[in-house]
Amino acid sequence: MVTGPATTPVEQRAWEVLAGVADPEMPAISIVDLGVVRGITCGNAGLEVTVTPTFAGCPATAEILAATGRTLRAAGLGEVRVVLQPAPPWTSDWITERGRRALAGAGIAPPDRPATAPTGDGSRTVDLDLRPPAPAVCPRCGSRHTVRTSAWGSAACRGLHRCRACGEPFEAVRAV
Amino acid sequence: MYADLVHETDDGRWAFGTGFTDPLAGVDTRVPAGIDGGALAMYCRMLGDDALVHSQRLQEWVTRAPELEEETAIANIALDLLGQARRLLTRSGTADGSGRSEDDLAYWRAPHEFLSVPLADHRDADFAELVARVLLLATWRQAVCLELRHGADPVLAAIAASAATELRYHREHAALWVVRLGRGTELSHRRMQAAVDRLWPLRGELYRDPPVVARLPGVAVPAAAVRDAVEDALSGVLDRAGVDGPPPGPATGAGRDGHHGPDFAEMIDELQSVARAHPGASW
Repeated sequence: MVTGPATTPVEQRAWEVLAGVADPEMPAISIVDLGVVRGITCGNAGLEVTVTPTFAGCPATAEILAATGRTLRAAGLGEVRVVLQPAPPWTSDWITERGRRALAGAGIAPPDRPATAPTGDGSRTVDLDLRPPAPAVCPRCGSRHTVRTSAWGSAACRGLHRCRACGEPFEAVRAV
Repeated sequence: MYADLVHETDDGRWAFGTGFTDPLAGVDTRVPAGIDGGALAMYCRMLGDDALVHSQRLQEWVTRAPELEEETAIANIALDLLGQARRLLTRSGTADGSGRSEDDLAYWRAPHEFLSVPLADHRDADFAELVARVLLLATWRQAVCLELRHGADPVLAAIAASAATELRYHREHAALWVVRLGRGTELSHRRMQAAVDRLWPLRGELYRDPPVVARLPGVAVPAAAVRDAVEDALSGVLDRAGVDGPPPGPATGAGRDGHHGPDFAEMIDELQSVARAHPGASW
């Protein structure tokens, strides 16, 4: 599953085009496989693309919006309107299987799924899990014998880990 | 990467002219019938100012954190709070019809026009205070946001839903430090206890409803709706840390009515200095 529920050839083509747009912070994965492109509809006024940012403060949001519009226009798909869709909030469960493989191939461990974030479940509790996070799977050797060395890494969406089996450090996407 | 931000502008200034200045681009920001737009705007400014001011206080620690990993954590928590502030302030400017942007509200208000609570204003004296304050504010804020998700303003509900997920891992990070310091050495325990002694009474202000809450039935979250959950969550962490939490102190409404401590104006001056030195500049 790499595209949304396309119903027209133009929408289908738009999904294919956006599957070629890399995420600015993690170029190994496309913005479609990251799950931030939420919908594409073709109406009388042209294409409307809805985008849900990963995090409210994510500095890549502006680039994703700009790249989405420019790439679709360059593909000759006519008028394009790109709008933010803040709800429901993005969850790492929206990363596609192809996206997970792409991340691992680039040395970034994909997030655990399902994510534990209290989103969309109607929960009103402020529960807190103080257990150490489940060890990430080393994207190089596949070992679970890993340890988190820093809760945040080079971007807000991922932390730093180290594999005790192969000795290599790696990043892992936060499950939210 | 980021080439498209330059593509759309002739002068190559990062993010200029890309919609980056509108964190609610394309979102339907009309105020639903029956909701007092002016009151909604003020409520969003309160929550937005808490996030903006806390973010600024955290940023003061960048280059001063005890270790590199914590520096990264503090900077990223501050970034999340800034993202929440941007959306909330933008919602404020659209709700009251004033058209004031996030920048208008962040950079062109006087200190007495900010509505943040004293807990957000506080300047942390040490790392123990920093983590205690993140725990306190994130716990209360997460509880409020979980309620707001079901509120009658769909824009505020959407902002709150994504904020709740971020606040959850802020809390977890801060709570782990509170427990670690509380159960660490004799010195770390003493300093953690001192931080809680100093900060915990300030949460009394969180449990006092500003008058605007009564004007927003079904939209704003009354303190009574979250107080028990917040207290349970906080005492759960302090029990694990072996630290005693003093009761909430008296609430006067300070902060929510624009009254702030003596070093508040200095922080706002720092926050606004670039924007005020170069009016109208974009980047």
